[in-house]
Amino acid sequence: MFTYIARRLTVAVPTILILVTISFVLMWSAPGSPFMGEKLPPPEVMAALEAKYGLDQPYWKQYLDYLTNVIFHFDFGPSFKFKDRTVNDIIAQGFPVTLTYGFWSFIVAVIFGVGLGVTAAIRHNTWLDYLAVGFAIGSQSIPNYVMAPILVLVFTLWLGWLPGGGWEGGTWDHIIMPVIALSTSYFASIARITRSSMLEVLNSGFIRTAKAKGLPMSRVILKHALKPALLPVLSYLGPAFVGMVTGSVIIDQYFSTGGIGQFFVNSAFNRDYSTMMGITILVGTLTIIFNLLVDVLYAWIDPKIRY
Amino acid sequence: MYPDKTKMESLAEATNLAEVKGRSLWTDARVRFMRNKAAVAGLLILTAILLFALFGSFFQAWTHEAIDWKLMGRVAQIGGPSLENGHYFGADELGRDLYARVVQGTGISIMVGVVGSLVAVIVGTLYGATAGFFGGRIDNIMMRTVDVLMSIPFMFVLILMLVIWGRSITMLFVGIGLISWLDMARIVRGQTLTIKNKEFVEAAIAVGVSPFTIILRHIVPNLLGIVVVYATLLIPGLIMAESFISFLGLGVQEPMTSLGALIQGGSKQMLYGAWWQIAFPLFFFLATLFAFTFVGDGLRDALDPKDR
Repeated sequence: MFTYIARRLTVAVPTILILVTISFVLMWSAPGSPFMGEKLPPPEVMAALEAKYGLDQPYWKQYLDYLTNVIFHFDFGPSFKFKDRTVNDIIAQGFPVTLTYGFWSFIVAVIFGVGLGVTAAIRHNTWLDYLAVGFAIGSQSIPNYVMAPILVLVFTLWLGWLPGGGWEGGTWDHIIMPVIALSTSYFASIARITRSSMLEVLNSGFIRTAKAKGLPMSRVILKHALKPALLPVLSYLGPAFVGMVTGSVIIDQYFSTGGIGQFFVNSAFNRDYSTMMGITILVGTLTIIFNLLVDVLYAWIDPKIRY
Repeated sequence: MYPDKTKMESLAEATNLAEVKGRSLWTDARVRFMRNKAAVAGLLILTAILLFALFGSFFQAWTHEAIDWKLMGRVAQIGGPSLENGHYFGADELGRDLYARVVQGTGISIMVGVVGSLVAVIVGTLYGATAGFFGGRIDNIMMRTVDVLMSIPFMFVLILMLVIWGRSITMLFVGIGLISWLDMARIVRGQTLTIKNKEFVEAAIAVGVSPFTIILRHIVPNLLGIVVVYATLLIPGLIMAESFISFLGLGVQEPMTSLGALIQGGSKQMLYGAWWQIAFPLFFFLATLFAFTFVGDGLRDALDPKDR
């Protein structure tokens, strides 16, 4: 187990380094200056700005400075656009928001997805099963940038139940629509995966034995069938996490929730490279760590895996 | 009691015919594909959409750039779909003809998907086949590289690239092409590992054919089935990726447009009652996605030799 984690880490650490390097090379190759507005500021101002942000240093020194700052101090440097804020400030402001609705979306997708999948599998070939499968196929193929406007149309414009955007410190009525829009397609995928793997498990020998012993059906499902049936779901959580992090950009943009996605897009329009780099590296690192956790968890739960 | 002579002759003829007509994997697959109703429906819808994107502009009364000044400021009230003023799908908030824009947007969205998928086919197949055929250390290094590239949050890096090197369709093609081949390389490598142990590859090695000729002449043709299926299933994913970026306003730039950009515009105008601005792009978007997915699934079922 320990060697497995160590081996995975030897891949994860260089990956993060490569990510930092790619972002740095991209920024280094950018034409023009990040301080360019309508016209270039006077040369003295330009020189002063470049000195302040360390852009007058040779590239290798900038790179090494950036690398050591990111790795040892978790410091992504100052923002190129907001003179009085650092990238860390921006992340500290936006990340809790993204984390809040991301967390709830994840919970909703997993709990309802597994619930629907298991129910559909138990009631195989009944109207409930068909309904669940039809619903899953339908909502799986609707991307969140289509889901979000539809939700606003129904719940804000027609019914007037929920506010069409904003965050307001994260009250429940501001969380609900982002969570639905973000989780629907993953909820549907999880339901489909759970259903098919549950059907497979329910047809296997040890379930027949459990039934033959005279165990009640609920006990058979909860004690024997659920754990092996959930393994494929576990391996889907990695891609789902990546999808949700990416999707949060849309959610932030459409609902103006003020998460890191909104800062990312805004800095994309403002050519605020340091903020974009910081967020990209943060998201990439989180993804790598999450995938590592899922894999370790998988290896720990599934007795068939030898490492 | 002799058997009926004519009956026997026709029977002999029938058995003969069945023997003569050999069926290749591809004819077999075509028959099975044609039996799959969803796949055939998908193919028909896809053909219709392609015809619409290619020739739809011949029927437009307005170009995608022309502004209909008569509608100015009152688009939500009188800009709806109508045959009389030539705006078959209505007009957008600036008074531009939505029909012409949907024709163009559909074309660009499909083009992004197809070009990205072609890159995946060419680069991914060669990369995966090379890694799988040589095996050992080369394979290890090549596939580790793919692993590393895959764990990079490509959507964020792609946006970073678009911002730094300018937002243009070319950049979008390059960016989507850069990531689309990764999955393909993995799948092809796995398939190559089983093919390279077959006798015909062994024979080719024994005769002294060079490795790259073996890859191109003996391995790649045998991968064609899985490559075609995966390429078809990849297209909707790439169309969605492009729409994602265009929805944020970072992809295709005006006056060009794509379905994602149209959906974004529509989702804003929908709030003022201009439902046609989201309905038509969304319809073509979902129809394209579904059609590609059905065709891809149908191809997979038809070409899967395990499912006889």
